[in-house]
Amino acid sequence: MTAALASPRPATALRRLARRPMAVLGIVLIILVVAGAVLAPWLAPYKPEEQLFDGLTLQGAPMPPGGAYLLGTDLLGRDLFSRLLYGARTSLVIGVVANGAALLIGTLIGITAGFFRGWIGAVLMRFTDLMMAFPALLLAICLAAIFSPSLWIVAMVIALVNWVQTARVIYTETTSLATRDFIAAERTLGAGTGRILFRHILPHLMPTIIVWGTLGISTTVLLEATLSFLGVGVQPPTPSWGNIIFENQTYFQSAPWLVFIPGAAIILLALAFNLVGDALRDVLDPTQRGRE
Amino acid sequence: MGATKAPVLSVQGLTVSVRAEGVERPLVEGLSFTLGRGETLAIAGESGSGKSITALAIMGLLPPPAVRASAGRVLLGDTDLLALPESRLRAIRGDRVAMIFQEPMTSLNPVMSIGAQLAEALRTHQPLSRGEARARALAALQSVRISQPERRLSQYPHELSGGMRQRVMIAMALALKPDVLIADEPTTALDVTVQREVLDLLRDLQRETGTAIILITHDMGVVAEMADRVVVMREGRVVEDGPVAQIFTAPQADYTRDLLAAVPRMGNGAPRPGDPALDAAAPVARLRDLAVRFDIHGGMLGRITHRVHAVEHVSFDIRRGETFALVGESGCGKSTIARALAGLVPHDGELEVAGQPLRGLNRAGRQAICRSVQMVFQDPMAALDPRMTVGDLVAEPLLIHGIGTPPERRARAADLFARVGLSADQLDRYPHEFSGGQRQRICIARALALNPGLIVCDESVSALDVSVQARVLDLLAALKREFGLSYLFISHDMAVVENIADRVAVMYLGQIVEMGSRAQIFGNPRHPYTRRLIAAVPVPDPAHVRSDPPRPSGEVPSPIHPVGTAPQRVKLLDIGAGHLVADDAA
Repeated sequence: MTAALASPRPATALRRLARRPMAVLGIVLIILVVAGAVLAPWLAPYKPEEQLFDGLTLQGAPMPPGGAYLLGTDLLGRDLFSRLLYGARTSLVIGVVANGAALLIGTLIGITAGFFRGWIGAVLMRFTDLMMAFPALLLAICLAAIFSPSLWIVAMVIALVNWVQTARVIYTETTSLATRDFIAAERTLGAGTGRILFRHILPHLMPTIIVWGTLGISTTVLLEATLSFLGVGVQPPTPSWGNIIFENQTYFQSAPWLVFIPGAAIILLALAFNLVGDALRDVLDPTQRGRE
Repeated sequence: MGATKAPVLSVQGLTVSVRAEGVERPLVEGLSFTLGRGETLAIAGESGSGKSITALAIMGLLPPPAVRASAGRVLLGDTDLLALPESRLRAIRGDRVAMIFQEPMTSLNPVMSIGAQLAEALRTHQPLSRGEARARALAALQSVRISQPERRLSQYPHELSGGMRQRVMIAMALALKPDVLIADEPTTALDVTVQREVLDLLRDLQRETGTAIILITHDMGVVAEMADRVVVMREGRVVEDGPVAQIFTAPQADYTRDLLAAVPRMGNGAPRPGDPALDAAAPVARLRDLAVRFDIHGGMLGRITHRVHAVEHVSFDIRRGETFALVGESGCGKSTIARALAGLVPHDGELEVAGQPLRGLNRAGRQAICRSVQMVFQDPMAALDPRMTVGDLVAEPLLIHGIGTPPERRARAADLFARVGLSADQLDRYPHEFSGGQRQRICIARALALNPGLIVCDESVSALDVSVQARVLDLLAALKREFGLSYLFISHDMAVVENIADRVAVMYLGQIVEMGSRAQIFGNPRHPYTRRLIAAVPVPDPAHVRSDPPRPSGEVPSPIHPVGTAPQRVKLLDIGAGHLVADDAA
């Protein structure tokens, strides 16, 4: 969102990113997940909602991984691999779009309140505190109940619930940045508010935004799962990584892979973004140059 | 002084190295010295000379694992401190070797009362009951001549002034009567008059206790006043060592000579042919009855209960082509005037720059003012956005004001760089890749970009090493001649002011108490506060005998007044040729 703003020379920043093996690993993982989600209709061996005739053992238990089904089947005899591929679509939308929107809202509110202080800041931050005190899940349920559940509504609900922590952190950082000498120096040069905010404060907030962004991926994906579990999230039988876990948790003892595999997918996605985010933060920070 | 010759501490061939990217690089190399009982050894040098690292090495406080003492011995009596395990070192630290740091606020725990901290330090090393520890703590505070010692015991660090905090640190360090006290820039963060008191105190205490002192400082004035012997360091190596008189009168090394030559001295300002032809009719800045007050809210309803009267009734003109200096100690309001001139704080009264009143300006008007007045801050690292290249930073004022095309702006930045003594091929680097002096040059280049008539220098050379400071002052003087600039030069350092100012105003508690030409202020100081400031400046000459002025007692009164009351106005009387003095001293 703001990578281009933060770096005066994005081309070289990208090249430096490519020199970091962990960053490349992260990028490859993200590309794999995105490719899997986009190409799901072609890659998936079965339809995700199809309850396969031979998908359950004679006793009615799910099939373990290996054998006819690559990752086994779930409690309704659906192919887990296919569901994971299709579920990646939902989870990416939630983890990237909803989380990104939450970051954007949080950053805007935090930076505005932190920079202008006064009554604007007071109103915005009291509102943030109110949102923080209000149980997020309850709010999400209320919102989801008002709008008829669909993937994009769920994404919006999650964004509206998840921006508060970001706003708080960004607010605190902005207040301390705003009193730094170089901001005073910019004012004496005649720089306008927009310029100070976007050219001089925002780049310094990037490390924080990146960290909160990567942390937010796993929390939002799991929040979506919780909402699905309560019946206000993505509606079954549409798969998402979160609801695969929740649907199958009762089988945890007899069929642990049903929880572990989607869990691992979420962790892997979060880790991939984390690796890229970490590298991006270092690459965008000129004081770190020469230390890579 | 009773200095016996058996050394308390002897450092032999100390080498400290840092390991970075698998390569060991020495920070201090082959340092040797001995320290006798009751002796004061000064380790003098500029930043990066390894003097503070030496102190940390002696204390065994080098930051592990990257930095370590790789060779040599540090003998305290017969014990080699470098060979001791951490547990044994802990028993020695504070008890036999104590240390005081530059910044007393960060060295004291802000959530513990002074008494508790002192008692804790005592009880760590001696089996004392609470009552005994408290009594000893009180005695320690009394020994550092702090006012109201009983009350201080229950106060917290933020309730004390910088000078009192440093006294507490000294009390804590000396309470256990250590053999060696390491003082790392103990007075650098303090005002000159407070520095004077703290130095006097250290000297008196040393005389009483016989503690040997290692004084680490960059200030040759402090060295001359305090030290018996001097070690001059540069880039980790000893350049020269010897008795203080020899270092100052017959320095052997070129570096020592340069260092001494760079020290600003009082009464040494370049003789200038009278006043330059100053145009008093059209001043670049005009202040009339300027006041800056900050509200303090309190009570249940958050109403304004008190006001900080940072600046009150200040009137002066800055003429074209002159350097007008504002001097005074921290909290006297001099920086607030700078910030008001730069439009950073709102003000009452009249304030005109280039004939244009600063109040009630719209955005365009404020932008126009920026072309007439620019500011250079104290800490150049803090004043430059660390995420932008210096080329972009210097060109930014042009960009903000929509001047030129990108190639033109870059050419102008290169031009300005050349003007301040940097080279154009450094334009694409970032601020952290430069030294402190170079960074200040970058700030000056940025301030010049819009061709302002007035540059406000807010303690612009205070954070720099003396040799760098001298060169930056030369640069400022050269730029003034070349561009016909005026400066508002804000400083606490009387020696620097004496060297560069044309006219001087002395501020105390938000008001001007004396104002006049440089010759009037330094040749005939009339106000007692001006005299005190001048007398407090350390003289870089060990032979100088100080005519001890009466030690000022107590604290500076507070500029905070309840709403409805205001500080009494200081009336200035002209005692001839524009020399204004507060009427209580005229």
